[in-house]
Amino acid sequence: MWNRIYALFVARNLEFIRDRSALAWSVLLPILIIFVFAFAFTEENPEKFKVGLILGGTSEGAAAVFKQTRFINFIDFDEVETNLFKVERHQVDMLFDPNTHRYWINQTSPNGYIVEKLLVAAYADSPESLQQILVEGDEIRYIDWVIPGVIAMNIMWGALFGIGYVIVRYRKFGVLKRLRATPVTAMEFLSAQILSRLWLLVAVNTVIFICMDYFVGFRMLGSYFNLFLVFTLGCINLICCGLVVAARISTEEVANGVLNLISWPMMFLSGVWFSLEGAHPWMQNFALILPLTHVTEAAREIMIDGAGIVQISDHLLVLGVSAVILLIVGARIFQWE
Amino acid sequence: MPVILQVSNLVKRFGQLTAVNDISFEIHEGSCFGLLGPNGAGKTTTIEMMEGIKTPDAGTIRYQGEALGQQFRNEAGIMFQTTALQEFITVREIMVQFSRFYPDTSSIDELADRYALHEFLNQDTRKLSGGQKQRLLLAMALINKPKILFLDEPTTGLDPQSRRNLWKQVQLIKEQGATILLTTHYMEEAYELCEEIAIMDHGRIIAHDAPDALLAAHFDDVVVQIHANDIPRQIGEQEFQAIYRNGSAHIVTGDVNKTIEHLLHFNIPLDRLRIRARDLEDLFLELTGKELRA
Repeated sequence: MWNRIYALFVARNLEFIRDRSALAWSVLLPILIIFVFAFAFTEENPEKFKVGLILGGTSEGAAAVFKQTRFINFIDFDEVETNLFKVERHQVDMLFDPNTHRYWINQTSPNGYIVEKLLVAAYADSPESLQQILVEGDEIRYIDWVIPGVIAMNIMWGALFGIGYVIVRYRKFGVLKRLRATPVTAMEFLSAQILSRLWLLVAVNTVIFICMDYFVGFRMLGSYFNLFLVFTLGCINLICCGLVVAARISTEEVANGVLNLISWPMMFLSGVWFSLEGAHPWMQNFALILPLTHVTEAAREIMIDGAGIVQISDHLLVLGVSAVILLIVGARIFQWE
Repeated sequence: MPVILQVSNLVKRFGQLTAVNDISFEIHEGSCFGLLGPNGAGKTTTIEMMEGIKTPDAGTIRYQGEALGQQFRNEAGIMFQTTALQEFITVREIMVQFSRFYPDTSSIDELADRYALHEFLNQDTRKLSGGQKQRLLLAMALINKPKILFLDEPTTGLDPQSRRNLWKQVQLIKEQGATILLTTHYMEEAYELCEEIAIMDHGRIIAHDAPDALLAAHFDDVVVQIHANDIPRQIGEQEFQAIYRNGSAHIVTGDVNKTIEHLLHFNIPLDRLRIRARDLEDLFLELTGKELRA
């Protein structure tokens, strides 16, 4: 059995490595994206402004005027302490308590600077009542915040399309039919595909991580082992997701449509590019069923907050359990033709 | 010779269409069995069920008395009508890959010698010509030293020289004792290679025996063949009941002398006249009403 898995594993690796355009694309695309975000958007966050408002009491006077400012998304928070980290991480640009007229701001945030100016302008008649509190903590740039998501997203593309598309192409052109005429079993074939894609994704993304850290330099407070674990589990989960898609489809057009249908919502609703803070609750709940959300959040917690294995265990549990379910479903519904 | 493969009451349906309709036959060890039929007759569906690629809706297939299983997979060599190979892989690499699938295999260099693969052994599989690819596919089908070899239209699309080369290879494989199941569009190929043939049409077997026995059972006449330009169609059809195909008028007769006298009576030139025995092509036409390559 291992000999057959090994034979398929080697063949798939050779196919991938020798397909120079695919290899170049899978390495260059994320590097390009990170460069664009590192150098183009650090000065100009594309999102609209977000201000967290502490609930309780009534807002009157200057606070009420400030709340009517257009193009600011005001998000209601219950209390200050548990939400301060959101200012620190650029998830919100400012935290404002209209009852005490205190506001919390991250001095490194360009958006924070602008909303502060707007707040001060609203309090033009009584500027002395405002109290600025700078959020303590290390500087967290947008690039630090976005990079775990970009790597997770690259894993997603590589896993879904690398497995899904390849198996469907094998089926369409009769490669699977030829393999079926050998002693190779479905489980052996799928195992070889998973292992081959897994090690290639891990290798490619490790190279990307090292290169980007060298060129851009980003925050990494946690354990590299934990980060490796999260990305590896994410790879396995998303590969299994690709297996389910590819289990029966026999044309590349349909596979393309289904894979895009899965990947695009994940790309925008998993908090890769912008925080879902303030988004409609259904969207936030929906994001929790997307594996990319858990990969991105776990990686972010490790890299930005230095979270340990216990803090990210909920993400690992979701990724692990859903990977097993997807693998079982994929193997059961798999058809050679 | 003992039976190596036994097919009993095989049925395969695709929706409303019954592609294979209750067929049964046996293949004897060391023989070459030919499955013939026009397009859509059900022969590829039949061979794919026998290969274990498709699951029958009814009926059984037994290899050496057992249902198709791991032993069959290890001992069967299969060459499909069309096969795509993994891309960006060389001929040698794909041979190595397939050799790892089986417990007992032939040496790759030995197969490369026998099927003249050396000249392109390190070439990408995408860059092979039609003949080279067929040779590689045959070598891949033989890598596990098969006891039974399935060849689904192995020479379709090949030039006459490559076709004859492949026939020679199949003869050699037969001499080494392997059993062969062959589907083909070429009657000459079936006649040359097969000890036994079954003709399929509309999912059923309509004739099954040794080629010569089938011809003897169905024909006691010969064909007088005249170039179509030498005999006006009206005379040919009305006076001689000739069938026009492939640029010739085919006149079936049990009395050649009388037919020639009759032709001379109509001043038909005999310079391009040919008399031939009835062949499998005629048998096929008579049984199915269709030309094999139609």
